[in-house]
Amino acid sequence: MSFILIVEQVLNGLQFGVMLFLMAAGLTLIFGVMGLINLAHGSLYMVGAFAAAAVAGWTGSFLLALLAALMAAALAGAIIEMVVIRRLYATDHLDQVLATFALILVFSEGTRWVFGSFPLFLDIPDYLSGPVTLPGGIQYPLYRLTLIVVGLLVGLGLWALIERTRLGIQIRAGENDREMIAALGVDISKLYTLVFALGAALAGLAGALVGAIQSVQVGMGEPVLILAFVVIVIGGIGSIKGAFIGALLVGLTDTLGGIFLPELFKLVMSPAAATSFGSSLASIGIYLLMAAVLIWRPTGLFGARA
Amino acid sequence: MISERMLNLTVIGGLLAVALAALVLDQPFTITLATRVAILSLAAVGLNIALGLGGLVSFGHAAFFGIGGYAMGILAYHAQTYTPLDLGLFTVAGTKSMPVIWLVAMVLSALAALLIGLLALRTSGVYFIMITLAFAQMFYYFTLSWSAYGGEDGLSIYIRNGFPGLNTLVPIQFFGICFVILCAALYLFHRLEHAPFGLALGSARQAPMRVETVGLSPMRLRLVAFVLSGAITGLAGALFADLNRFVSPTMFSWHMSGELIVLIILGGVARLIGPVIGAVLFVVLEHYLGGMTEFWKIWLGVILLLIVLFARGGVAGLLSPRKVGHD
Amino acid sequence: MKKLLMGAAALAMSATFASAEVKVGMITTLSGGGAGLGIDVRDGFMLAIAQSGRDDIEVIIEDDQRKPDIAVQLSDKLIQSERVDVMTGIIWSNLAMAVVPAAVNQNVFYLSPNAGPSALAGPGCHKNYFNVAWQNDNLHEAAGAYANSAGYGNSFILAPNYPAGKDALTGYKRFFEGDLAGEIYTKLGQTDYAAEIAQIRASGADSVFFFLPGGMGISFLKQYADSGVDLPLVGPAFSFDQGILQAVGDAAMGVVNTSQWSKDIDNPTNAAFVESFQAEYGRLPSLYASQGFDTANLLISALEKADPSDADAFRAALKAAEFDSTRGDFAFGDNHHPIQDIYAREVIKEGDVFTNKIIGVALENHADAYAAECKM
Repeated sequence: MSFILIVEQVLNGLQFGVMLFLMAAGLTLIFGVMGLINLAHGSLYMVGAFAAAAVAGWTGSFLLALLAALMAAALAGAIIEMVVIRRLYATDHLDQVLATFALILVFSEGTRWVFGSFPLFLDIPDYLSGPVTLPGGIQYPLYRLTLIVVGLLVGLGLWALIERTRLGIQIRAGENDREMIAALGVDISKLYTLVFALGAALAGLAGALVGAIQSVQVGMGEPVLILAFVVIVIGGIGSIKGAFIGALLVGLTDTLGGIFLPELFKLVMSPAAATSFGSSLASIGIYLLMAAVLIWRPTGLFGARA
Repeated sequence: MISERMLNLTVIGGLLAVALAALVLDQPFTITLATRVAILSLAAVGLNIALGLGGLVSFGHAAFFGIGGYAMGILAYHAQTYTPLDLGLFTVAGTKSMPVIWLVAMVLSALAALLIGLLALRTSGVYFIMITLAFAQMFYYFTLSWSAYGGEDGLSIYIRNGFPGLNTLVPIQFFGICFVILCAALYLFHRLEHAPFGLALGSARQAPMRVETVGLSPMRLRLVAFVLSGAITGLAGALFADLNRFVSPTMFSWHMSGELIVLIILGGVARLIGPVIGAVLFVVLEHYLGGMTEFWKIWLGVILLLIVLFARGGVAGLLSPRKVGHD
Repeated sequence: MKKLLMGAAALAMSATFASAEVKVGMITTLSGGGAGLGIDVRDGFMLAIAQSGRDDIEVIIEDDQRKPDIAVQLSDKLIQSERVDVMTGIIWSNLAMAVVPAAVNQNVFYLSPNAGPSALAGPGCHKNYFNVAWQNDNLHEAAGAYANSAGYGNSFILAPNYPAGKDALTGYKRFFEGDLAGEIYTKLGQTDYAAEIAQIRASGADSVFFFLPGGMGISFLKQYADSGVDLPLVGPAFSFDQGILQAVGDAAMGVVNTSQWSKDIDNPTNAAFVESFQAEYGRLPSLYASQGFDTANLLISALEKADPSDADAFRAALKAAEFDSTRGDFAFGDNHHPIQDIYAREVIKEGDVFTNKIIGVALENHADAYAAECKM
């Protein structure tokens, strides 16, 4: 196992983690401000990817496709917030789980109804395709580097939004005391719609960015959704910082575990058994990580509320 | 509006009547559907102990359902292939006897519930939802790659397991077994609800501080409820595997956990008969909605949404409203 | 669940009141992520039924949602309450393993249009089970044979960590004579292959064999093309099928894949099939559509000779396989699995559409490795 390979795998883990962060940030924001658990967040990821694929196919422009993904997901988010989600804030988590579970069914089959049952095409633009050579002679795909940079920039932007703007003050106030900001004259329902649309847009962006190197198909959001849950449980629900750290931890564990665990077991087992056992263990590695974090800190690394 | 007692008797009696009518009319598949309803109801009754009585929204009950299923699958597989089951320190023979399988299924799922509960119950609310979900996913991925027992292909058991004195291959006899177990579980739920334990559990949900001041531990109450809940859902899993003569990792999938919750809310949370009504509706919807359009799941989603938004308390709440809200 | 009384049968009923004489139950995947495959099998199958002009075949179509327990429930329904004579349609090996053994033991005939798990080809074979597609290992074995002929000596091989994935690597290794630079099992449903591609880059291999069906293959191909690793790829047709090829795009160009069918196989049946499928459904047929079409034609050929109620005669008629296959020569081995040519194809672009072109025969008259273990 060479040094170059290790660096490359760490980069892969980072890239995966950064994309998970885009998903988890929206989820944790929505939970922090509105106290809502949204299972349909994965559907918004899918909406973003499908919108991007449709617009890229139509215009041929990747940037327009990304823009379409942001807008379509934000719009879908705003609509479901106003039609369905709004009625769920006062109810318990149980109703939220069921209603958003129902939304998944509607979104998945609705998408299949509109776009058909076959995966769609969405590709990396020419100017971002192919590998670049990093210092030390490491060959790494330019697009994945771009994903890391975009993810970090979005994270930075989100931080600035929350810490430095008026909207951010309202969001933070909303996390602490819902009644109070309503009493202060902030239009709370508008704020909620806005936050929900923002979370949705982040998910849609992640869907489009990742869709370019993966398969754009119905149900693509569900595995990511569950990973995003693990991320925010590890990071602490409601904490953007926690989502960021959690996402990187999960990304690195998942990527590196799949590579190094089988190698590790080869030291004590036959190669075939090591491959099989190591891959099995790696597939549950992130859940073991989550369990370990929870034993240590039941509300996650940066979670305040339980 | 009818009394809750009447509603309970009507639903249970109705399920039995459908199965018997199907027997007379020679419609074995209807009996199979009724059996499916009984087993899904049983699983949801189990979940309802945690969710309805204890207020613990478990999004990972598929874990126990699947463990029950695999307990059946593995024991029957070793019996069917005449290979001993190697447990490291010692080996045991497989078995095709339902009572033994049920016992193992319940003990194993109770153990799993104990371990998961010890971790998950340290938290509450949305953490609890997500942690239970994540643990079920762990089992799902593990069984998916567990090649010794078929991995994703699962395990086929060619002949349904036996019960002393009955021929379980006859649909109505297997329905009878499931129906009796369901009734026993409903009776247990009813007794629990009104026993000191159930009352204390209810108080632990509504006012944990008050429970603590009288010297009870809310955590311990919840853990007992969660373990009991897991064991019953595990038993349902073993029966479900026997109904299909097949187990696979899909029993662990998060859709399964979601469906169990759907059953309870469709019927009515914390209502004795809620899970049964939910299971009847779900199986009927699944069966007949599918006949109308390829995209029937959209309509299933819409119906679920309408129920959450406009029919709080589920169908049992519509038919037989309680004077005081249960929450 | 879906229920259609399709085509000729439904039309004929109003005219003659003749009740259908043969009932066929089709359980396939029509909703959710894998629906494309089931829809193709169904469309291919129904096309052949319609073209036969027979009004005495009733096909009852049900959606299994790719869930084994639903498939078992539907199979109970078809056998117990519809009392079908013949069943078909299942796409996935795990669903087939859940349904087929019980069904054939209840004296129903099962014609598999897609899945061919090894357990049903070897000791678990059954006189009422016929596989019209392939045994699961076949296309992978052909990939191994192709790799030999292409002069590869050091392959990196990967597949998902589930039974069909293990069969795939076993199949490749059974025929490939070179060394292995690496062998990895990925997670089922995995969408990111950066880590595996990095291992391929570091492995010193001269070729890569992969089996990643559906969305997994799309993801892998796109990421592989972008990684700068330019070792030649070989794989079975599943990742290069007409249905998903457009979603892979340029990343698939030139990749060699193995298949028992291709739209450019030169025989009149195939030409007519491709043309009529396109006319009927407005898209190019896929591998799965051809398998559905062949399955229905096999069934019709047997029905012309015997009635399913005469099980022995009907079985013999199926075994004879006297129908015009889109694949050209087609015969059943003693374990009721196909003996057929498997081709090496290359992905090309025809106008705006990506498709495949045959470049050679990888294995001629190929049977499966499990036939000897079948005691029928």
